[in-house]
Amino acid sequence: MTFRLTTRPGHPTFTDLPWEQHLEDWESGRLVTPVRGISRHVVRFVAYGPDMYALKELPDPIAEREYRLLRELADRSVPVVEAVGVATGRTDRAGDVADGILITRHLPFSLPYRTLFGRRANAELWPQMLDALVQLLVRVHLAGFFWGDCSLNNSLFRRDAGALAAYLVDAETGELHHELSAGQRRHDLDIAEENIAGDLYDLQAAGQLDESVDPARITVDLRSRYINLWAEVTRDEVLPSADRWFVDERVNRLNDLGFDVSEIELVDSGDGWHLHLTTQVVEPGHHRRRLLALTGLDVGENQARRLLNDIGLYRARLERRTGQPVAEQVGALRWLTEVFEPTLSIVPEDERGKLEDAELFHQILEHRWFRSEQSGHDIGREAAVTAYVEEVLKHQADEAVVLDPGTRASTELPAD
Amino acid sequence: MADIVLDHLEKVYDNGYKAITDLNLTIQDGEFLVLVGPSGCGKSTALRMVAGLEDISGGELRIAGRRVNEEPPRDRDIAMVFQSYALYPHMSVYDNIAFGLKLRKMSKGEIDSRVRKASNILGLDEYLERKPKALSGGQRQRVAMGRAIVREPSAFLMDEPLSNLDAKLRVQMRAEIAKLQKELGVTTLYVTHDQVEAMTMGDRVAIINRGLLQQVATPRELYLEPDNLFVAGFMGSPPMNQAMADVHIDGDHVSITVSGQRLVVDPELVAQRPAIKGFGGRQVIMGIRPEDVKDPEEVPEHPGDRRLRAPVELIEALGSEQVIHFDVETPPVPVMQPEGGTAPGNGATNIMWVAMFSPRSFVRLADTVEFCLDTSRLYFFDPDTGLAVRS
Repeated sequence: MTFRLTTRPGHPTFTDLPWEQHLEDWESGRLVTPVRGISRHVVRFVAYGPDMYALKELPDPIAEREYRLLRELADRSVPVVEAVGVATGRTDRAGDVADGILITRHLPFSLPYRTLFGRRANAELWPQMLDALVQLLVRVHLAGFFWGDCSLNNSLFRRDAGALAAYLVDAETGELHHELSAGQRRHDLDIAEENIAGDLYDLQAAGQLDESVDPARITVDLRSRYINLWAEVTRDEVLPSADRWFVDERVNRLNDLGFDVSEIELVDSGDGWHLHLTTQVVEPGHHRRRLLALTGLDVGENQARRLLNDIGLYRARLERRTGQPVAEQVGALRWLTEVFEPTLSIVPEDERGKLEDAELFHQILEHRWFRSEQSGHDIGREAAVTAYVEEVLKHQADEAVVLDPGTRASTELPAD
Repeated sequence: MADIVLDHLEKVYDNGYKAITDLNLTIQDGEFLVLVGPSGCGKSTALRMVAGLEDISGGELRIAGRRVNEEPPRDRDIAMVFQSYALYPHMSVYDNIAFGLKLRKMSKGEIDSRVRKASNILGLDEYLERKPKALSGGQRQRVAMGRAIVREPSAFLMDEPLSNLDAKLRVQMRAEIAKLQKELGVTTLYVTHDQVEAMTMGDRVAIINRGLLQQVATPRELYLEPDNLFVAGFMGSPPMNQAMADVHIDGDHVSITVSGQRLVVDPELVAQRPAIKGFGGRQVIMGIRPEDVKDPEEVPEHPGDRRLRAPVELIEALGSEQVIHFDVETPPVPVMQPEGGTAPGNGATNIMWVAMFSPRSFVRLADTVEFCLDTSRLYFFDPDTGLAVRS
């Protein structure tokens, strides 16, 4: 067998790792132990500078297949972890064949569900997490992907301006099709329902689930949310006229749900205009791309929407002050240098890394609104930042990389 | 418990591609039927139609006598096994098996009864209170099986369930699944591309090629009495040796010429397959299994007119046996078409045949050996239709 290590440009070559050993036996200064989910395979993490990578050991053909699938899903704009490389043809020191290893980049600021919901205070996050997971499942299905193992455990979550965004982590059981049948979608939903119930019962068994949360009820909720979102995203409707306003309203609704429209078809059916929209999977939608084009900031969709609103307000104030129209691009760049960066610079250095910049800015805005409402007047930027840091940020865990409090991952099953 | 009837099933995709053509198959109540065929042959599509994952374009699917063409997967009372092996670390083995029933709001008494029945069958009784990390790999696989078993579905559907496992665990699980199926007696449809899995696990095996059923029979029958050239070539590892042969008839005696050498066909075989006489003066496709080609040192009394001289091209020593490869000159052997009939074979005039010899054989590379053919175990196929020549 010939050892082959395939990696994508822009990442380490990983050649310094002990490839001739089974993953569970590795000893390397690069190994780190973040909080992680359960896996049927041996999974370990290595750090190269600020970047962390997950290594999963599984038979060569399966590792290669999952690497290919994750890349194809990324090409189809499905939110997935980044597949960085795959090692195959390994033999151990005794010359025996060893399984392959899939390398994925650890998603910065991502949180496993056990971290999000292991804290009882976070029970109110459930609806957001369900929305995130349902949105991920709908995106995955629109892209023609039968997941086959949708679960909380096989997803990662990132904060996104008060909401959560879900990412697919494990594509091992998946199949990519041109289009999914209704039966495939239903079956995937059945699997998700049972898996998520299992995830929740397990949290319950560990004494980490808020007593108000009923796993059976959550799964019913998941199903109805999925059915509603799928219907909203894919349904055809009859419009009273072909007036642009009617079409825009539907398109905007889909945008708000986080989906884009690639094609609009209007057919005069006699009793009205039959509207069919081809919904496109984009990660995320137009808000993120628009903010990126205007400011160079690459953030989550909801964060982008929040920041664009703030840019809009700032631009309107500029126009009022100067009495002249301000181009969108100019307004955005001035907002970046006169609002966004100065606000974040007030946050003490040792607290700033706890959250992504966009999430931090969003939370400061929220806190400013909250405190201003309490005070009955706008408390101003500096006071808002100071209050936010003292009252919220100092008490918040660092989410850049959540490391296991012990030195070893207690949630890990021993290898088969 | 239920039988599954695929009655003239058809699957045509929107782009016109016909994945399944007129598939007729009955899986009897309690039977373990394996669908096998080369990659892309339509076997998984057929299983997915049964599962409700693919729409049915034509024909009727009945489970326990009920038409289910339009039923969603969860209403078909079937279980797709091994979607996931993940076990929950904080839950006991008991709870890992039971939680799916809890989700379905089943009574505690019924859950307990089903879990204990399943754990008894799976040999997990003494582990019910343990956590998954205290189990071996094989025991964990059994817990995962338990999750499917306690649902007590009418049928199990399994689509290449062992493909993600390493070779050792695959062999172990192959035996466990077959044993379990026998104990449970649940109708099972199992898809694999691996003919060894098919032969060792199934009560019956259905072979599919390009969406068309080629033959359905017991593993023994498929191996010993293949209906056509495709089945003959697909079942068996190494596969059946094949070559073009001229047929000569002399009264009741039949002989064939292969690779320029004349071989007498055993009279008993001629009696069993008299239709071969209809090929006198014509060509036929002949076949012989590798284990029916003997080492001359092992059978010194073997008649000279049933020996084939050929140089040894390659020897693979596998420990328990040696695989001997040797060259046979032959006109191109036609290739069986799924819908019937044959297409011309490739232009090669040499085919590598294989024989299985004892590890103690003295045969060496490049030796010219008089291979001893058991001509009572020859197979004949019509070169125009690809069908077996029998009675």
